[in-house]
Amino acid sequence: MYDVVIIGGGVIGCAIARELSRYQLSLCVVEREEDVCCGTSKANSAIVHAGFDAEPGSKKALFNVQGSQMMEQLCRDLDISYDRCGSLVLCFDEQDLPRLEALRLRGIENGVEGLEILDSAALHKMESAVSDKAVAALYAPTGAIICPFGLTYALAENAADNGAQFRFDTCVERIERTAEGFAIHTSNGVLESRTVVNAAGVYADELHNQLCDSKLRIVPRRGEYCLLDRKDGKLVSHTIFQLPSALGKGVLVTPTVHGNLLLGPTAADQEDKENTATSAAGIAALTAAAALSVSNLPMRDVITGFTGLRAHITEGADDFVIGESAEGFFDAAGIESPGLTSAPAIGAYLAQLVAQKLQAAEKENFIATRRGITPVKELPFEERRALIERDAAYGQVICRCEQITEGEIVEAIRRGARSLDGVKRRVRAGMGRCQGGFCAPRVMEIISRELGVAQTELTKSGGESRLLVGYTKEVQE
Amino acid sequence: MMREVQLAIIGGGPAGLAAAIAARESGVQDIVIIERDRELGGILNQCIHAGFGLHTFGEELTGPEYAARFIAQVRALEIPCLLDTMVLDLSEDRVLTVTSRKEGLQQIKAGAVILAMGCRERPRGALNIPGFRCAGVWSAGTAQRLVNMEGMMPGREVVILGSGDIGLIMARRMTMEGAKVKAVAEVLPYSGGLKRNIVQCLEDFDIPLLLSHTVVDIHGKKRLEGVTLAQVDENRAPIAGTEQYIPCDTLLLSVGLLPENELSSSAGVSLSPITGGPVVGDDLATSIDGVFACGNVLHVHDLVDFVSQEAKQAGESAARYLQQHTQIGQRTELRAVNGVRYTVPQHIDLAHMGEEVTVRMRVGQPYRRAAICVYADGTLLRRLPKLVLAPGEMERVTLRRDQIPAGTKEITFCIEEGETK
Repeated sequence: MYDVVIIGGGVIGCAIARELSRYQLSLCVVEREEDVCCGTSKANSAIVHAGFDAEPGSKKALFNVQGSQMMEQLCRDLDISYDRCGSLVLCFDEQDLPRLEALRLRGIENGVEGLEILDSAALHKMESAVSDKAVAALYAPTGAIICPFGLTYALAENAADNGAQFRFDTCVERIERTAEGFAIHTSNGVLESRTVVNAAGVYADELHNQLCDSKLRIVPRRGEYCLLDRKDGKLVSHTIFQLPSALGKGVLVTPTVHGNLLLGPTAADQEDKENTATSAAGIAALTAAAALSVSNLPMRDVITGFTGLRAHITEGADDFVIGESAEGFFDAAGIESPGLTSAPAIGAYLAQLVAQKLQAAEKENFIATRRGITPVKELPFEERRALIERDAAYGQVICRCEQITEGEIVEAIRRGARSLDGVKRRVRAGMGRCQGGFCAPRVMEIISRELGVAQTELTKSGGESRLLVGYTKEVQE
Repeated sequence: MMREVQLAIIGGGPAGLAAAIAARESGVQDIVIIERDRELGGILNQCIHAGFGLHTFGEELTGPEYAARFIAQVRALEIPCLLDTMVLDLSEDRVLTVTSRKEGLQQIKAGAVILAMGCRERPRGALNIPGFRCAGVWSAGTAQRLVNMEGMMPGREVVILGSGDIGLIMARRMTMEGAKVKAVAEVLPYSGGLKRNIVQCLEDFDIPLLLSHTVVDIHGKKRLEGVTLAQVDENRAPIAGTEQYIPCDTLLLSVGLLPENELSSSAGVSLSPITGGPVVGDDLATSIDGVFACGNVLHVHDLVDFVSQEAKQAGESAARYLQQHTQIGQRTELRAVNGVRYTVPQHIDLAHMGEEVTVRMRVGQPYRRAAICVYADGTLLRRLPKLVLAPGEMERVTLRRDQIPAGTKEITFCIEEGETK
């Protein structure tokens, strides 16, 4: 019997787990995939929203602004990249200036600091790559970029350091109320828990509806992205939005903390909760929309594209659903944008609610910090040399595009990576311009050696995603 | 103390090996070859098919055999090699930062540098092929490594996109390993591969080559289940209604090679937007003093024999540079126009060049009965009739110095169609 079972190992589930691990509680995160950070958390804009978009008084506004304020310190505590590069919302038509001003006022009402309207000259001085068609912009100095994988892994690792358990490849099928709490029927047996936290992303409605009288409906809103080579990462130095429309905040152009350039997302609702395929129409729409903000985007430098699904609620609420929705059942549902930004605040808030409910006391020995995987590439020369002298594996570059060493890959595996994607998201091996063309066989070899698993058993991303089907004739003989 | 070396060669593949041998034979004593992989030979080590060395040795060798001949010479000449060693950075003043398991992190100051890093495959993302990002989609070269070097099979039912040479070779290789290659799709109306590979790798095995076709969807959330192919129009746009679904567990991509010039860029070497490689003169010197380039890092070749020839020239030029430093004279620009996509070199120095210069080039589209014409400041210099010209086959024109009028500012290379005399 657990005190708390958290369903979903995305950034929200992991943030709640990390905050709950402050308390004397037995705690388990249940995730249907082989790893944390496999759903929406791995496919989003990777930014910290300043908080001027959401309706004042909404949960989105509250948690966004709080999360944005918490993020920098959290990233320091958990040793992950954070860059407060600032953001710009472009306005392309003089007639829209009142809407831009309304956005600024809304931001002020939400508690966002430092907002400023820039005229065309000031805008182009600040960000010269912006299209000449932009006549003004809202500048938000508190906008930032982060690594969503880095944040999710850091939260999960820190939660685990503080005693939280994780069960992977475990899909929740049904939740039953019992005398003591809940029986959670999964693909891997039944778990019992006094409370349940629902952080199941696009499936949060299905879990919610099993236990709550008020019903929710989530229709995934697909967002397609393109990632460009690192050589283009300095094309812009701020996150560049367009004035929002009914479907979302529009397509953005942003640098990433790893130095790439990211374009996206599109916005289109779909019933299918699994369809993360990219589409020709989406890529075309994305390219056209991004070109409005920055002309002459070097689209020949695209290295990959991906699709994320936002958990958009179409029935029941137009906001995050956060709180105790039924006795002992806590929701973090409908966490679409600004979900990543809000994660620290949602985690802290829900953890407090659950702890109160269970009358849990705080631990005295909570570990508040976590060290990231050694960032070999960023070390000063002498430090890097000394590291290789201590452990030669840090001298061996495996991923040439991102210059990732064997030592870092081994660290990733020891922290839980079991697949090519698990390694990629933790240390970026295979994330560069050749997209694993050169390093995939080497990384597979290292995973196989470290985990004692035959290479033919290895997967790209767990489950059915086996990479190989067997051996060649010569090896078979 | 920073280690010093006369000549550092980055890359121990066919280009680096031939450059090292030529430099040593031209009198450079202090050479080091820096290779990021475990052994010398580069991509040749995974090219276990025959067909290498016809021009160089007059016989058909496999890739490893071809490499072995050069490796043997490098050994006999006792040229030092750093294996499993990655060059992290190259500065404008030729300081290399390198890392390896064995020797750790170090800096090497080189009197001259030859860039011979080769090329990489264009990944799926660069083509924006829609669909899922599932297991079972590989670049053809990665699959070649898995099969030929690791002894492992990526799949049993295969579709190949792109009819570049690696794709064609892999169609045959997968077939011989018992896989069913269902189709090779090529977005262009012609193949970018060598004619002999189309015959020997596809036609001999009854593998259909679908010209003007591309992959428009990739199915399978976790592991590839199939692809949708469609015919494309002259603008390479898929034609609605021509879609066909082909079940398969593997999609191999052979959709182009890109010279790997991130190090060159870090040193400030000027790159050509067309070749993706450095802009060089007749001595294969780049825009940075003392830095030379050859092989696939300079421009993508289709025959290794020509890589070896080019690399030999780079080795000799680097030796000359080290011995007497290059004198810079009047620059004559070489321009590719009307059907010629590029030339390498991009400029020559009439006062200091050797007796002759080999100009390598590619055409932008296939031609029948046409001629490569060379003009010096508008005056016809040479006219080379060709029965067939194809983008997949590199062309070479040798110009003798005494043919070129002194003071020539620009030499243009173009294709002229029509009956040849």
